[in-house]
Amino acid sequence: MNILAIDTSNQVMSVAIQQNEQIIGEINTNLAKNHSVRLMPAIDQLMKDIGLMPDQLEQIVVAKGPGSFTGVRIGLSTAKTMAWALNIPIVGISSLEVLAYQGRFFNGLICPFFDARRGMVYSSTYQWQGTIMEEIVPESNISMEDLLNKLKAYDKPVLFLSPDMHIHQEAIERIVGINAMIPEPTYHLPRASHLILASKDKPIDSTHTLTPNYLRLAEAEAKWLEQQREKQANE
Amino acid sequence: MKKDTILLGIETSCDETAVAIVKNGREILANVVASQIDSHKRFGGVVPEIASRHHVEQITYVLEEARQQSNTVWEDIDGIAVTEGPGLVGALLVGVNAAKALAFAKQKPLIGVHHIAGHIYANRLEKEFEFPLLALIVSGGHTELVLMKSHGAYELIGETRDDAAGEAYDKVARMLQLPYPGGPQIDRLAELGEEAIDFPRAWLEQNSYDFSFSGLKSSVINTIHNAKQRGKELRKEDIAASFQASVIDVLTTKTVRAAKEFDVKQVIIAGGVAANRGLRSALEAEFAKTSIPLLIPPLNLCTDNAAMIAAAGTIAFEQGRRSGLELNARPSLLLK
Ligand SMILES: [Zn+2]
Repeated sequence: MNILAIDTSNQVMSVAIQQNEQIIGEINTNLAKNHSVRLMPAIDQLMKDIGLMPDQLEQIVVAKGPGSFTGVRIGLSTAKTMAWALNIPIVGISSLEVLAYQGRFFNGLICPFFDARRGMVYSSTYQWQGTIMEEIVPESNISMEDLLNKLKAYDKPVLFLSPDMHIHQEAIERIVGINAMIPEPTYHLPRASHLILASKDKPIDSTHTLTPNYLRLAEAEAKWLEQQREKQANE
Repeated sequence: MKKDTILLGIETSCDETAVAIVKNGREILANVVASQIDSHKRFGGVVPEIASRHHVEQITYVLEEARQQSNTVWEDIDGIAVTEGPGLVGALLVGVNAAKALAFAKQKPLIGVHHIAGHIYANRLEKEFEFPLLALIVSGGHTELVLMKSHGAYELIGETRDDAAGEAYDKVARMLQLPYPGGPQIDRLAELGEEAIDFPRAWLEQNSYDFSFSGLKSSVINTIHNAKQRGKELRKEDIAASFQASVIDVLTTKTVRAAKEFDVKQVIIAGGVAANRGLRSALEAEFAKTSIPLLIPPLNLCTDNAAMIAAAGTIAFEQGRRSGLELNARPSLLLK
């Protein structure tokens, strides 16, 4: 089966193709450059290198967030429209889950996160049970302090994975202490090939209803809801 | 015999997710618009992040609906046209990336289209162009006079230096505490009111075809404010009528003057504000005094839609213009 995987949800842009159970090509960049400009040419290049025509694709896997709202939408607009046009199945995978695959052989807790500004992160925590990656702490948009205190209480080694490590490394070491494992930079970058791996035991999504996993309301909406709550409280 | 050209168009520059399929730039085979107006109402205006979220949720539904309406197969489609700008960047990005995915998946040419070129070409879905022609584009984001001497060639002869006409409408509507979107509300009230207040007209330099509405807007604010301080309540209907009279006076006068100066064969009105009844009847009355035909498209083609993008894209396609897969959203794209 020919599978195309796309991740543009954060600074890393990654595209991979699997054929006959083998990853035969992957393009990765870790650049703060416009994903919208570079994504389609990267897919085109990879397909040409492999000698694959678009109508030979049989499945698409896409990272659906959390991450940059715009980045997530670039990936989903592209993946959904391709899946619709080619009439092939699509699977959406959490961007945190795919990053956690970089800790495939770690025995303790695995905590991938993306910076969400003002001390907040998008994060979740996993642990491998044999060949299954189990979710220990569900995905949330949480303050880093709260997250680290929660993880500290487990009193277990925690592998932290994040392209935004430089922002939070100090807090991790301060709060989690010797239980905190922070690997080399290579391991902090999500890879589209892992999206395909993660999609294996996942159900097929409906192309029309697959939506971004923002983990956060639009600011205007959050404010509006807050106002409604205040209004109700005053009544 | 020349084969028909059939283009699929995508438009997501603001708050409508739209897909259309158009034959030869003139015949609509499908025209689907998913409006988000209800979800932006509570915020009193379009919220870019929310618009972008809706677009990504709607895009494949709208594509599907358009394909079913059109009764075409992929082999019939000669290319994919998409609004590349101007507009809200996050909103544009959804359409641009969907268009690129479609062009790649189906191996079709891709054509980036300027949103305003689309508004102008909405008229060609009704009536063939005769050059030179003059187009007045009035919408929430635009107030422009464009001269065209041939297909695909746009000469900007006048534009707003501050607020767009539609923007001024929305702001005045907000002051009058009218629900969003304010334009149609003011138009409705204006019909019931008298032009009791003499609001200023911004004519700018003698030969200028540019517009300015911020002075008018301030004048409306001050008038309401001063009346309130003197304990006087002005009739909303009269404010609306007087405000609208000022806007229409400037738009109409400058359009008629430009039409005469450039000796045009057609005058085209485009954009959402073209639905304004006051503006329509003023323009109709003025152009009835001339021999220049005035074209105003039906309401569903005045407001944002994708048929106009496919129509404008058809001309670009026939002129051999193509976009690459690196096509990007360009929020402040100039009309050239
Ligand atoms: Zn428009």
